[in-house]
Amino acid sequence: KRSSITRRVSLTERLHLLLQCEYHSGTAGDVGLEIILWSFLSVGPRSPQSADYPDLRKHNNCMASSLTPAIYAKLCDKATPNGYTLDLAIQTGVDNPGHPFIKTVGMVAGDEESYEVFSDLLDPIIKERHNGYDPSTMKHPTDLDASKIHSGNFDPRYVLSSRVRTGRSIRGLSLPPACTRAERREVERVVVDALAGLHGDLDGKYYSLTQMTDGEQQQLIDDHFLFDKPVSPLLTCAGMARDWPDARGIWHNNEKTFLVWVNEEDHTRVISMEKGGNMKRVFERFCKGLLEVERLIQERGWEFMWNERLGYVLTCPSNLGTGLRAGVHVKLPLLSKDPRLSKILDNLRLQKRGTGGVDTAAVGGVFDISNLDRLGLSEVQLVQTVVDGVNYLIECEKRLEKGQDIKVPPPPLKQFK
Amino acid sequence: MVKDSSTQQLIKRISVNWSQLKMKYSSDQEYPDLSQHNNHMAKVLTPEIYESLRDKETPSGFTVDDVIQTGIDNPGHPFIMTVGCVAGDEETYEVFKELLDPVIEDRHGGYKPSDQHKTDLNPDNLQGGDDLDPDYVLSSRVRTGRSIRGFCLPPHCSRGERRAIENLSLESLDMLDGDLKGKYYALKNMSEEEQQQLIDDHFLFDKPVSPLLLASGMARDWPDGRGIWHNDNKTFLVWVNEEDHLRVISMQKGGNMKEVFNRFCTGLTKIEGLFKERSHEFMWNEHLGYVLTCPSNLGTGLRAGVHVKLPNVSKHDKFGDILKRLRLQKRGTGGVDTAAVGGVFDISNADRLGFSEVELVQMVVDGVNLLVDMEKKLEAGESIDDIIPEQK
Repeated sequence: KRSSITRRVSLTERLHLLLQCEYHSGTAGDVGLEIILWSFLSVGPRSPQSADYPDLRKHNNCMASSLTPAIYAKLCDKATPNGYTLDLAIQTGVDNPGHPFIKTVGMVAGDEESYEVFSDLLDPIIKERHNGYDPSTMKHPTDLDASKIHSGNFDPRYVLSSRVRTGRSIRGLSLPPACTRAERREVERVVVDALAGLHGDLDGKYYSLTQMTDGEQQQLIDDHFLFDKPVSPLLTCAGMARDWPDARGIWHNNEKTFLVWVNEEDHTRVISMEKGGNMKRVFERFCKGLLEVERLIQERGWEFMWNERLGYVLTCPSNLGTGLRAGVHVKLPLLSKDPRLSKILDNLRLQKRGTGGVDTAAVGGVFDISNLDRLGLSEVQLVQTVVDGVNYLIECEKRLEKGQDIKVPPPPLKQFK
Repeated sequence: MVKDSSTQQLIKRISVNWSQLKMKYSSDQEYPDLSQHNNHMAKVLTPEIYESLRDKETPSGFTVDDVIQTGIDNPGHPFIMTVGCVAGDEETYEVFKELLDPVIEDRHGGYKPSDQHKTDLNPDNLQGGDDLDPDYVLSSRVRTGRSIRGFCLPPHCSRGERRAIENLSLESLDMLDGDLKGKYYALKNMSEEEQQQLIDDHFLFDKPVSPLLLASGMARDWPDGRGIWHNDNKTFLVWVNEEDHLRVISMQKGGNMKEVFNRFCTGLTKIEGLFKERSHEFMWNEHLGYVLTCPSNLGTGLRAGVHVKLPNVSKHDKFGDILKRLRLQKRGTGGVDTAAVGGVFDISNADRLGFSEVELVQMVVDGVNLLVDMEKKLEAGESIDDIIPEQK
């Protein structure tokens, strides 16, 4: 059921099959075959390849680091079965040379097949971004068994809130940079239909962006649930804001602890959160909700995009694997002033952000601390990393409060050769 | 892959299947939600027209969805009724006639698909225009656009095409001499001093921020292939690869519109000649005149205007009506997206298509002269009722 794209066919067999087969995009078994067949197809450039090669001299993103003229020449006239091309995939990286706080990826996928058709470029990008993970040789572990987490209940005097998010894509439908309006509406229909099947503490309601009332809108803003049309040029240049707000919406449970964004940066973004430090409970709800939604869409003949080498497939290569960001808002006023903080975080495989999200800086010693990694480690492993790391940071803060010294933890073993 | 005949057949089969993939969903399922929209595209695009056009594309691959994306993403504008569609190449206006003809008719005062457009770039045909009162008219300006035939337009062009347009343009512009002799400044190679000077001269254009332009893909790859050329006298300016292949601007302080228009026509004609020497021509046809990215700029693509002080007239309750009758429009001095400040208005022709360049500049000259007369009368406490014009 989980399609692994490893089937190899000979050239003659390919041509033979081309003459015979019907194109049914999206069924799990045919996807692999289509990809191999399509990757031989020439779309036909309008000008010589070198004339189209982007000027990346002022650029500092992963795409610019990996896109040599040779790779560009090889891939520029290829397209996925949905017609997504290299130029479309890299446009965001060409238009956005760099970001002040982070080295951006600079490339997106328009569909599941992008990761195959453009693997000559995406594999090195994935390797750079994911700490040496090599998609051509390695396998990604998936583990959504929350019972394995230990010590996941933080001191609420320090941890203000806990949150776990990921994304999921519906196999057979193009991703936000490339989807047509009908595909996007289909994503909405499939997901909302499935979410309607959730019960108990997950019982909830969907608010479509096009139809919400002013009252509903205000409530969602007050709850900090409402997402707005993207303004970040990283996203708008990739075409993700097209047709806004058509087929976009927010679903959340009545208790406001489980939230699903539909058709924002991915088909779905799934978020489990609560005030306080019970990360274990947050992760339990996260796993339960995800597995239940997966079961519900499978009942209706759909599945999530997933494969052994890349794990869950999402729009941005940075979110492959688990797509998981588990984090806390934590008060570390003393530690925030300690020059060793960055090193400590690095060695714990954690990152800090401001409490406004990826594009903000920290305010008042309150940080958003989350896992750095996404791919090559399972969900359980990553959440445990956050749990262990945050516990360590709180220990440091307590020691500093008492005037004691703190230690930088040893660096982790190098993960991927 | 060697392209022998059996492979050709294969590729044909696959292309057919490919467009079938695009047609996987029904027209109703793909039809955009235009219920909140107020632009020309939204008024015209019925589900039937969408259905009829959705399986078509121009030779370079531009589709109806590409044409209308900007209009879907931008439901309306506070000051003007936007067009809501763009062309990706010259053929767009043919392949998507069913949509664009009614949009053009709506936007250009009833211009019919069978109408012919007259081009007249002979400045001698302009009557007067050399003496608009400089106490009121602060500056005069004429602009238009030109597209180079055979290349895709800014919403759709590849980087290679855009660079080729830039090279062709600067080769040609380099050959201009006399009053028009000048220099090209590529956006990506500009020094700090050059940049500052261009800003001080109000020549520098920046990456578009208007969502009307961004949503159509015109800002892709910025600033690659973009630049500004101007003559040493700073009275003739060409923008390369901004919203059109070329935007040509003639301008100077004061009210001598005739001189501005002279230079405009001379410069344009010379540039066209230089392109022809290089075997390139401008996109033009008898029905649509000069072909540009936005349907609102077809025909002449010409906006002739002045910055003029009209603090009294602008407060008159018939101001809007007067402008309408004179076939003029007002903007703030910051351009189309701004409001007027301190009684100083940008007054220009409202029309682009169906009138020649000379006719449009004549309307501006005559109209501004009348407005200045009205301003003087109101200053003197006199009524202007007897000089309110008929509808042109």
